[in-house]
Amino acid sequence: MAAEKASWVHKDRSMELQKKMIARHFERLERAPRCGEPVVYTFVPGNLTELIRSFGALPVLPEINALQSGMRGKSKDYIAAAERAGHSEDVCTYVKCDIGMLKSGNIGPTGTKLPDPDLLLLSYTGCYTFMKWFELLREEYNCPTVFLQVPYQGDGRLAPEHREYITDQIRKDLIPALEQVTGRSYDEDLLRHHLGLAAETEDHLVAVLESAKNRPSPIDAYFGGVYYVGPIFSAFRGTEEGVEYYKELRSEVEARVAAGLGPITPDGPLNDQRFRLVVEGPPNWTSFREFWRMFSEEHAVVVASTYTKVGGTYDFGFRHDPDDPLGTMADYCGGCYTNLNLPSRIDMLVTYIRDYEADGFLINSVKSCNSFSAGQLMMLREVEKRTGIPGAFIESDLVDPRYFSAANIKNRIESYLQMLAARAGAA
Amino acid sequence: MSARSDVVDWALECYHDLDFGVVHGWLEEESGRTAAGYLPVYAPREIIHACGMLPVGIYGGGDQLEIIRGDAFYQSYICHLPRSVVELAQSGRLDFLSAMLFPSTCDVIRNLSGMWQLLFPEQYVRYLDLPHQRNTELGGAFWERELRTLLKDLGEVSGRTATEEDLKRSIGVYREVRHLILELYRVRREEPWLVPTEELYLLMRAAEVVPPETFLEQGRAYLEAVHAEPGRRRDNSRVVIVGAFCEQPPLGLIKTIERAGCYIVDDDFLVGNRLLEQDVPTDGDPVRALADTFIRHASKTSILYEPDPAGKRHLMAERVAAAGADGVIFAAPSFCDPALLDRPMLRAGAEAEGIPCIAFKYSENSGQFQQFREQAGTFSDAIKLWGGT
Repeated sequence: MAAEKASWVHKDRSMELQKKMIARHFERLERAPRCGEPVVYTFVPGNLTELIRSFGALPVLPEINALQSGMRGKSKDYIAAAERAGHSEDVCTYVKCDIGMLKSGNIGPTGTKLPDPDLLLLSYTGCYTFMKWFELLREEYNCPTVFLQVPYQGDGRLAPEHREYITDQIRKDLIPALEQVTGRSYDEDLLRHHLGLAAETEDHLVAVLESAKNRPSPIDAYFGGVYYVGPIFSAFRGTEEGVEYYKELRSEVEARVAAGLGPITPDGPLNDQRFRLVVEGPPNWTSFREFWRMFSEEHAVVVASTYTKVGGTYDFGFRHDPDDPLGTMADYCGGCYTNLNLPSRIDMLVTYIRDYEADGFLINSVKSCNSFSAGQLMMLREVEKRTGIPGAFIESDLVDPRYFSAANIKNRIESYLQMLAARAGAA
Repeated sequence: MSARSDVVDWALECYHDLDFGVVHGWLEEESGRTAAGYLPVYAPREIIHACGMLPVGIYGGGDQLEIIRGDAFYQSYICHLPRSVVELAQSGRLDFLSAMLFPSTCDVIRNLSGMWQLLFPEQYVRYLDLPHQRNTELGGAFWERELRTLLKDLGEVSGRTATEEDLKRSIGVYREVRHLILELYRVRREEPWLVPTEELYLLMRAAEVVPPETFLEQGRAYLEAVHAEPGRRRDNSRVVIVGAFCEQPPLGLIKTIERAGCYIVDDDFLVGNRLLEQDVPTDGDPVRALADTFIRHASKTSILYEPDPAGKRHLMAERVAAAGADGVIFAAPSFCDPALLDRPMLRAGAEAEGIPCIAFKYSENSGQFQQFREQAGTFSDAIKLWGGT
C-alpha cells in the first residue's frame, strides 16, 4: 500500500504540472490589464484558442471558472446572488454561478482577480444558453461581442455549406474584430504554428483516452478524464505548455499500462477493477470527490465518457490541420459533442461500449443543461436496445449543491452495480 | 348565433381538436395531398405551402391531454411542451404528417429533432437552424441555402417541385395572412374591448392548422363582426405579455388575465406568424427575398441573437410605447431557457424606464388560475392607483 502510494506521488507529476500551469495562467490574466495583454472570453465547445493566441490574446472560459467555483465550494453563494438579482431557479447554474461571481468582485477560482474582457467571442456551438450567457455578460462590460454561429449537425454531419458559413464568419467578422481589439494583424503562419501544436497535443490526449482499452484501465476516463482534458479545454491547446503537459501525462499513463496498474482515485490506486463503465453527461462538480468515490469504492472504473468530448471529438479522428487553418477550425467547432445530433451521440456511446468492452453505462443527467439532458432517457433505451446492456440513470446538477442528493445517487449506483454483478454471475 | 360567435366557435373547435380533424378533412379532399408539421417558434410556411403541403403548427396538447407516454421521455426539469408533443405522436395523432420541422428555438426542441429521427424514421425530419448573423452577406447567404435545401426536400416529399411562381404565390398568400393578423392586433391594441385576447388567440391557433385561405375567410368575417357587435368598454389596465412564444399558456390563463382587469394589448403568443415585420417582396428571386426579409426584418425575440448591445434594455420600453401599454407581464413556461434567461435583461430595462412589471411561470397544462388572477388583479389595481412611476 505504502509502495503504491509512493508510486502514485511519483507518477502524478502531470497533476502538479497542470496545477502550476493553471495558476500561472490566472496570474497572467490578473496582470493582463497592466501588461496590455488583451483578454477574450469564449466558451469551451467551439473555442478558437489557437486563433486567439495567434493575436497575442489570452482566453477566459466562463464554464471552467464556474466548474472550478463549484469544486471549491463557492458556487452556492454565487448562484444565490444571481437568483436574488432576478435570475430564475430553472436555468443553467453555470450562468448563475458566473454572474454571481461577477457580482461578487469577479475573483477567479484561484483567488486572483479576473480581468474584464476586451472581446466577447460568442462561439455558438452546441448550446443555446451560450447565446443568452454572453448577452447577459455584455450588459456588464463595455466591449465588443462577436457572434460565431456554428450550425448544428442535425443530419449527423457538417454540411459543406455549413463549413463555409463558419469559415466566412471567421474571415469576415472574427479576424477583423481580433485585429481591432489587439492592434495586431492576422498572422496565418503563427496560426499554423499553434494549430500544429494543437494537433500534437490531440495525439497525446487520444493516446491517453484510448489507454482505457487496457485491463486494468490505467485511467478513469470520466473523473480522471476531466482533469486530463482540463488544459486542452481551457487555455492551453496549441501551446508549448500544452504539449509538454500531455507528453508528461501520456508517459505516466503508459508507465501504468506497462506496470499493469489502474488509475489513482480519491482512495488511492484502483487496480482491482470489477466494473468497466461508460458515462454520458457532465459530472456534478460540487460533490465531485464524493461522487467519484461512489464508483471507486465499488471498484468501478469509467473507461470512456462523452463529457470529455464537449471540447472536441479527437478520438474519432479529428485533428487540427495547419494546412487548412480556417477550414480546420470550422471542422473542429462543428464536431464538438453537444453539436452532434442524438443519433450520433447514441452511435458514440454504442461504439464506446463495444470498443472499450464495457460492462455497463450510466447517464448522469444534470438539471442545468438541456443541451445534454433533453433526450437522454431515449438515449438510454436506444443504447440498451442496441447493446443488450442495461443502463443506469441518475440526476444531479453541475454546480448547484441543492441538486446533489448523495444518498439517492449512491443507492442507485450500488443497485445498478449489483445488478451488473448478478448478470455477470448468471452468464 | 351571431357571425362573431360562429367564427369563435369554429376556432374553439379547431383548438380543442387534438385529432386535427380539419387537417384530415383537407388531406382527404384530394388524393396525394400532404402536410408538414412544425414546432414553435418560426418556420417558413411559404416554402411548405409552395410545395403543395399544408403547414401545421404543432403546439402540444395543452391542458386537454393526459401525458402517459410522453413523461417517459423527459426528466421533471424539462418543460412540458415536448412531452405532450411526443404524447400526441406516440398516440398516432400525428401520423398524417409527411414531414416535421424543428426550428432552432432552444436545445429541447433541437434535441427532439434527433429523437424524432429515431422514433419516426419514415418521416422527413429537418432541424431548421435559423440565422443569427443579421447581415445578408453571411446570415442571409446561410439562410438562403437552408431555405433552398428545404424547398428541394419538401418538393421530393410532397411529389410537387415548387416553381418560382408557386413560391411567389405562397408568399403572396402569407402576406395576406400576416396583414390580417396585424390588422386584428391593431384593432385589439386600439380598442381591446372589441377584440378580447381569448378570441384573438383562438383565431391565431386556428391559423396554425387550417389552410391559409380558410383563415383569411374566417378572420375577415370576425373583423367585420367585431365592429357590428362591439363589446362593453371596461376600466382595465393595458398590459403586454412577454415570454409565451413557445409553450403556450392554457386558454384559461389568458381569460384569467383579462378578467382580472388587464387588457392584453400586445403579446408574443404564436409569434412565428408575424415574426417578419415587413412584406416579403415578390419581384426577384423569391427564396432570396424570404431569406433577406428574415435577416432584415425579423422581430426581436428571445430565440434570436440580439446584435444591438442596447437592444435588450430598450425592447420593453419600445413595445410598451408601441402598444400604449401601462405595464408588462412576464409570463414564461417553467424551464423555458429562452424566456427565463432573457427575463432579467428585459425586466431591468423595463424597470429602468419606470414600467411596472410582474412575472410568473406557467405550464401548458396549468389547471389552477387563482394565483394568476390575484397577481394580475393586484397588478392592474396598482397600475390604476399609482401608475408606472
